[in-house]
Amino acid sequence: MIETIQFNLNGDPAELAVDPDLTLMWVLRTSFGLTGTKFGCGLGFCGSCTIMLDNEPVRSCMLTIGDIGGKKVLTIEGLAQNGSLHPLQKAFMENDALQCGYCTPGMIMNAYGLLLKNPEPSSKEIIEGMEDNLCRCGTYNRIIEAIQSASKEMKREAAI
Amino acid sequence: MKKNKHLGENINDDPITHDLDRRDFLKRMGGGLLITFSLNDYPLLFGGELQEDEKTDMNAYLRIGQDGRVSLYTGKIEMGQGVITSLGQMLADELDVHYDSIDIFMGDTDICPWDEGTYGSLTTRVFGPLLRAAGAEARATLMQMAAEYLSIPADRLDVRDGIVTAKEVKEKRVSYGTLTSGKEIVKRLEEKPALKKPSEFRFMGQPMLRTDAREKVTGEAKYAGDIQLPGMRYARILRPRSYFSKLISVDTSGAESMEGVEVVRDGDLVAVLHELPDMADIAISKVKAEYETKDPDVNDQSIFEHLVKSGTGKRVIDEGGDLEVGLQHSSQVFEMEYLDGYVAHAPIENHTATAMMEDGVMKIWASTQTPYPARTDVAELLGMPEEKVHIMQIFVGGGFGGKIYNQQILEVARLVKLTGKPIQVVWTRREEFFYDRLRPAAVVRIKSGINDSGKISLWDYDVFFAGSRGAKQYYEIPNHKTVSSSTEMGEPDAHMFYTGAWRAPAHNTNTFARESQIEIMAAAAGIDPLDFRLRQLKDAKYINVLKMVADKFGWTPAKGPSGRGYGIACGRDTGTTVGMMAEVEVDKTTGHVQVKRVVVAMDMGLVVNPQGATIQAEGCINMGLGYALGEDIRFEGGKMLTRNFDSYDITRFSWTPEKIEVLLVDAQDEPPHGGGEPAIICMGGVVANAIFDATGARLYQMPMTPERVLEAMAMANT
Ligand code: FES
Ligand code: FES
Repeated sequence: MIETIQFNLNGDPAELAVDPDLTLMWVLRTSFGLTGTKFGCGLGFCGSCTIMLDNEPVRSCMLTIGDIGGKKVLTIEGLAQNGSLHPLQKAFMENDALQCGYCTPGMIMNAYGLLLKNPEPSSKEIIEGMEDNLCRCGTYNRIIEAIQSASKEMKREAAI
Repeated sequence: MKKNKHLGENINDDPITHDLDRRDFLKRMGGGLLITFSLNDYPLLFGGELQEDEKTDMNAYLRIGQDGRVSLYTGKIEMGQGVITSLGQMLADELDVHYDSIDIFMGDTDICPWDEGTYGSLTTRVFGPLLRAAGAEARATLMQMAAEYLSIPADRLDVRDGIVTAKEVKEKRVSYGTLTSGKEIVKRLEEKPALKKPSEFRFMGQPMLRTDAREKVTGEAKYAGDIQLPGMRYARILRPRSYFSKLISVDTSGAESMEGVEVVRDGDLVAVLHELPDMADIAISKVKAEYETKDPDVNDQSIFEHLVKSGTGKRVIDEGGDLEVGLQHSSQVFEMEYLDGYVAHAPIENHTATAMMEDGVMKIWASTQTPYPARTDVAELLGMPEEKVHIMQIFVGGGFGGKIYNQQILEVARLVKLTGKPIQVVWTRREEFFYDRLRPAAVVRIKSGINDSGKISLWDYDVFFAGSRGAKQYYEIPNHKTVSSSTEMGEPDAHMFYTGAWRAPAHNTNTFARESQIEIMAAAAGIDPLDFRLRQLKDAKYINVLKMVADKFGWTPAKGPSGRGYGIACGRDTGTTVGMMAEVEVDKTTGHVQVKRVVVAMDMGLVVNPQGATIQAEGCINMGLGYALGEDIRFEGGKMLTRNFDSYDITRFSWTPEKIEVLLVDAQDEPPHGGGEPAIICMGGVVANAIFDATGARLYQMPMTPERVLEAMAMANT
C-alpha cells in the first residue's frame, strides 16, 4: 500500500513513502509541516487549501498525494524568494486585503494562478477567476484591488 | 462581585480570579514599571468611584521594560478585527513612545490577566479608554522620575519616542528604559489622568497597516490547527444524526481492527484517534451506531408558526403614549409580519483545538473568543485547578460571536485527559454547521399607522425570538410599544438547534423589520423615504449621518418605488449611529439581486484607527449581504440539512458591490463606540428597500433569494 512518491515541492525535490490515497492537503500539513495550506471545508467549496500544481491552481483537499508524483507543487510557503515577498503578498499587505487571514494563503495562491494565465486581468476577470474562494470576513473588494496592483507591479518588474 | 452598570448588558458578572502577585510577576519579567488596570475602573473615567476589592482590580497591565520596550498584556484576542493595531496606537500616543516599540500579548491565560472574552465590540469601546488612562498614568510616573533624575521640573521636560528631553537644554535627556532600569515599580490606575487631546495625537486617528499582515500573507501565522505536536493524534468524534438522537448501541470493532487506530469510549463520548487525519476519518466511518431519534415535526418552513406559538413570554422593552389613541389618530394602518431564517457564523476556520498534558498542566491552543471562560470550563470538567489549565495565544480564523462557546476545547481536553496523548480536534464543516450556535430564526410583527400629514402616529412592535438588541425604535412616535417575545421561564427552548450571539445579535432582524416598515409607510404617504425619516427624527446624530450619506450617494428626492433601485436604512448599535444607502439592480426574469453600490456613514465617537474602522465596515457590508440575500439554514426536526458551502450561500466575489464608501464622523472628543458590528445591522433593510424601489415588490422574509424576489414581484403585479 505504501508507495514512494517523488515530486518537486517549493523548488526542491521531495520524496515520501506514503499511502498514495492520503489527501494532499493533510500530507502537506502533517508530513511536511506546511500549515499555510488551510483546511476550510474539505470538499472543494471554499478554496482555503489552494496550491499550485504544475502551474495550475488546485484544491489540495480534492487531490491525493498519489496524484502529484513527478509534478511541481508550490505552496504559500514557497512564494517568497530569498526572504523577499512576492508582489501579490506585498499587495495584500499594502491593500489591507485580509482580516482574520485564514482565507489569505488560498486567495494568494489562486490569484497567483490567475495572473500566470492572465497577467493583466480586468476586475470582471478577477471576480470570475476568484469566485470560488470564500472570505467570511468580507475582504473581497480589497483583494480585487490587491490583485490589480500586484499585476501592475509584476509588469513593472518584468520590464526591468 | 459588584455589578458594573456602565458596561451594558453584554457583560456578565463572572468572578474575576487571579492569583498573580504583581511584584512576583515583575521579577519574572525582569523589572520595570508595571501599571495594572481593570474593567472595573471604567467608572473612574467618568468621575466615578474606584472599587476597593483588591481581587478584582486587574484585567490588564502594561509594563515598560528596562530596554524601553512597552508590553501590553490583555486577555482580549485578535480574530481579524484589528485590535492588535488599534490598541498599540492608543498606547503609543498616551505614553509618547513610538508605535513600533510596543509588543502586545493577547489571550494567553498564563501571562495575561483574566478577561471575559472578545465580543460586543467592547475592545476598543470600553477597554480602549482604560488603556489610554493607564498609558497616561505611566507617562506621568515616568515624567516624575525623569524630573528627579535630571533635576529639572517636569513641566520643563518634553518626551518623544520614550526619550525625555529638557526643553531648554537639549543635551539633558534620559530614556524610559534608563529610568525603569533596576526598578520594580508597581502602580495601579487610581485617578483619572489627563488624556491627550486629539490635536496631540500622533498615531491615533492615523490609518495604519495591520501589524499581523506579514505573517498572514506568508502562511507563517499559526492558528489552532497549525500547532503540531510530536506524537499528536487527530481525533474524530462520533456524532448523532439529530439533536434529538439518543445513542442506543455502538459497535467500534470495525475501527478497532484498523492499524494505528485507538478508540476512546467514555460515557456518551465515542472517538477514534489516529496520527493521520485521513485514517481517523475512515475509522469513524466504520463505527456503527444505533440511535433512537424523536424529531419534532418542525422544519425550516414551519418554524415561524412554531415560534409565534411558543413566544408567549412577553417583555416590554419600551413604550410611550397610548396605542389606542395612536390608532384613532392614524389615517392609514399597516400590519405586517417579517420572517428571518436561521443563520450560521460559518467562519472559514472551523472550531479547532490542539492540546497536550505537560508536567501536569493541560496546554491548549484553540480558536476561541473566550480563553478565560474556556479555562474555567476545562478545569471544572476535568476536576483540575485552573492554574493547571493553560490556554495559549493563537490567531483565530474568524469568530463573529460563534467562538465563545468552546465545545471543541472541552472535547479535546477530555480526550487528552483520557489518553495522555497530544490530540487535535478539528471540526469538519458539517460538524461546524451542526454545532454552531445559530442566529435564531425570528418573526417580527408590526402594526403601525400614519396620519394625514405624513407623521407616524402608531408603532406596535413585537419581535419573536430574535432578542431585544436594536428592537427599540428611535423615531419621534407619540404612541408606541416595543415587545420582545420568547418562551416563558421554565418552558423548553423553542429552537431545534443551539442558538447564540451572531455579529450584532438580534439587531440584523430588528433593523430589517423596522426599516422596511418605515418605507412601506413612506410609500403609502407618497413621501420620499429620506424626507419621511427626517420628518420623524429629532436625534441629531441620526439626522447627521443620513444627510452625510445622502450627500455622498447623490440622493435626489422621489417617492418609492422610483425604479432607481435605491434603498435607505439606519440604526444604532454599540453606541455607533449608522446611516446607509445602497443601489441595486434586479434581474426581473431571474430575480437575481446585484448590489452595485453602498455608502455608509457612521458616527462612532473617537475613531482610533480610521483605516481599521473602514475595513470593519466594509467587512460588515460584505458579510451582511450574505444574510440579506443567501444564507438560510435548512433543517428537518433536529437534522441539519445544511452541511457545507455548496448549500449555504455566503457572500462571494461576484456579490460584492463595485463600490463601497465609508464615511466616518469625526467625533474625537467623545469616547470610542463599537466598530466591528454596527454597519452590518442595516444590510437587510437597505437591500429590501432598494429591491422595492427597483421593482415595487416588497420582501418580508430574509434571505431575499431569487425565488422570493420573483414571488414578491408576482404578488406586486396582481
Ligand atoms: S478546504 Fe479545500 S476547498 Fe475548502
Ligand atoms: S480574512 Fe477572514 S476569511 Fe478572509
